[in-house]
Amino acid sequence: MSEKYKETAQIIKQEKIGTGIYSMWLQTQKIAGAARPGQFISVYSKDGSRLLPRPISICEANAENGQLRIVYRVAGKGTEEFSRYEQDDALDILGPLGNGFPLERMEEGKKAFLIGGGIGIPPMVQLSRELKGEKQIVLGYRDELFLTEDLKRSGTVFIATEDGSCGTRGNVLDAIREHALTADVIYACGPTPMLRALKAWAEEKQIECWLSMEEKMACGIGACLACVCRSKEVDEHSQVKNKRVCKEGPVFLSTEIEV
Amino acid sequence: MMLNGESKMQTRKASGYMEISTKVTIAGVELKNPVMTASGTFGSGMEYSEFVDLNRLGAVVTKGVANVPWPGNPTPRIAETCGGMMNAIGLQNPGIDTFVRRDLPFLQNYDTKVIVNVCGKVERLAEEPVDLLEINISCPNVKEGGIAFGQNPKAVETITAEIKKRAKQPVIMKLSPNVTDITETARAAEAGGADALSLINTLTGMKIDVHRRTFALANKTGGVSGPAIKPIAVRMVYQTAQAVSLPIIGMGGIACAQDALEFILAGATAVSVGTANFHNPMTTLEVIEGIEDYMRRYQVSDIRELIGCVK
Ligand SMILES: Cc1cc2nc3c(=O)[nH]c(=O)nc-3n(C[C@H](O)[C@H](O)[C@H](O)COP(=O)(O)OP(=O)(O)OC[C@H]3O[C@@H](n4cnc5c(N)ncnc54)[C@H](O)[C@@H]3O)c2cc1C
Ligand SMILES: Cc1cc2nc3c(=O)[nH]c(=O)nc-3n(C[C@H](O)[C@H](O)[C@H](O)COP(=O)(O)O)c2cc1C
Ligand code: FES
Repeated sequence: MSEKYKETAQIIKQEKIGTGIYSMWLQTQKIAGAARPGQFISVYSKDGSRLLPRPISICEANAENGQLRIVYRVAGKGTEEFSRYEQDDALDILGPLGNGFPLERMEEGKKAFLIGGGIGIPPMVQLSRELKGEKQIVLGYRDELFLTEDLKRSGTVFIATEDGSCGTRGNVLDAIREHALTADVIYACGPTPMLRALKAWAEEKQIECWLSMEEKMACGIGACLACVCRSKEVDEHSQVKNKRVCKEGPVFLSTEIEV
Repeated sequence: MMLNGESKMQTRKASGYMEISTKVTIAGVELKNPVMTASGTFGSGMEYSEFVDLNRLGAVVTKGVANVPWPGNPTPRIAETCGGMMNAIGLQNPGIDTFVRRDLPFLQNYDTKVIVNVCGKVERLAEEPVDLLEINISCPNVKEGGIAFGQNPKAVETITAEIKKRAKQPVIMKLSPNVTDITETARAAEAGGADALSLINTLTGMKIDVHRRTFALANKTGGVSGPAIKPIAVRMVYQTAQAVSLPIIGMGGIACAQDALEFILAGATAVSVGTANFHNPMTTLEVIEGIEDYMRRYQVSDIRELIGCVK
């Protein structure tokens, strides 16, 4: 289990990289150094009316200089507030949280799918850097692309857009089928319908499939039991068929959970 | 170096450095300070121990535990509200056997008092290292048939007396704020033999997602907590302190020392920090330090002088 840190990080750079999508680089003391792909941080609002932390995936983490990148979509008031911050502003964060993707499931000679849908794409950036073996990166967008160039640097990128403006028209599975791709291991993050479809597809094809789940969170560290998902077997910690997304997750083996 | 040390001593004296006592007693159990955690917001302390030295806390109050594991409610279980939140966790818990085997030994490693929040049989804890029991009668599922008996004074008295008969440790009854007159249930708990009271539990609320045209919580309703409910909680603690002579553990929106002091001045012997832990995991420690600073600033040598001194 990795150490978690509560820090006041400094914003190094914030830029808009798409419609309502922002990329923020933060200077951390310890969090970037401890982060693994697929983990997330809690970002705290400075407005006292918004108490709960916003969970945001780690997009990139540079252990050497302590810099950490998050990429997020303005979804409501909290993320809207974050989007207004500028260079040198301070931001309270807690992390790294959760388990992250299991890198050890891949090795040279094996093929992986890294599948990101919409705002589930950011964690694929750090994952693509650290994962061994052949990386086929399948990205699903509504229309506008983001982070595509970052991902092209560490694997072969396949794109699906809902409106067909780029790549395959349709979703990530349509792109996989169109290119007749296969893999030994799947790593995925994205909206629930995408994860549900991938789970069914992977289990039918008997491919090992790791899904990053989303749920509303309060503590972010496993204490409040807000963020559970349903599990196939009785969980060791909860003693019921529930697992904490913030602690045992957010990444789960598809066969262990219900999506 | 010597000089430096001496001058430091002198400034401390000059600024009124004094010995203070933050000790309080609840039902014969002495706490090193009045600051504890609110049930359900702190697990059994394991997760927060990465951020908080549990030795510093007056007590750890654990998540409500039942006789057998409970799966709790479907998600979403929480929603943010302005200055607070709503929850309908549904008392998910691993059951008393796992709790006794795993969580109590963990808490024994720390020099803090252990208060177990129970919604089941208390006999099971008789021989366990537990200092106090907190009975959650504000929870709808305590008894089969489930009337909300935390709201009915007669039922509160009966259940308190029943639990007192079976419990080995002193009993804190945790009152529901979802009543017209909190002093009625407080008096009922006192009549039933309670050793202390804790209040308030969450206020029942509802939030609607206008975009999805549905309830924000799968359970439709949930308990509202956090700073938004603090004035209601302070008022209820004050009223209860006027009505009964039992020690009171006050809670509801405490996020800093000043908040905690409001409760103490209104009549609480101790306080619990709940929702604020989610915003800042170190809140409990900051509250403790802030209370100490306040005592030095106002030359209060014993915290007990402050309890209920606003009348
Ligand atoms: C593990 C994890 C990783 C995530 N990574 C990213 C990321 O890299 N980039 C990104 O843009 N988004 C990410 N999200 C979603 C992000 O947390 C929400 O978009 C954000 O919390 C919305 O906050 P808000 O104040 O803008 O919206 P509001 O709707 O005003 O938020 C109200 C409350 O609901 C919570 N909430 C709202 N939407 C979500 C959601 N989808 N998931 C969880 N809680 C939610 C908020 O945290 C807040 O407590 C992630 C979610 C999880 C669980
Ligand atoms: C997520 C959550 C879970 C809770 N679980 C319990 C519980 O199991 N038993 C209980 O007596 N109170 C429970 N409570 C109520 C708190 O202990 C406390 O009474 C209430 O939240 C008010 O304090 P606060 O505003 O500081 O959070 C819970 C509160 C929250 C927010
Ligand atoms: S958010 Fe509290 S347990 Fe996951």
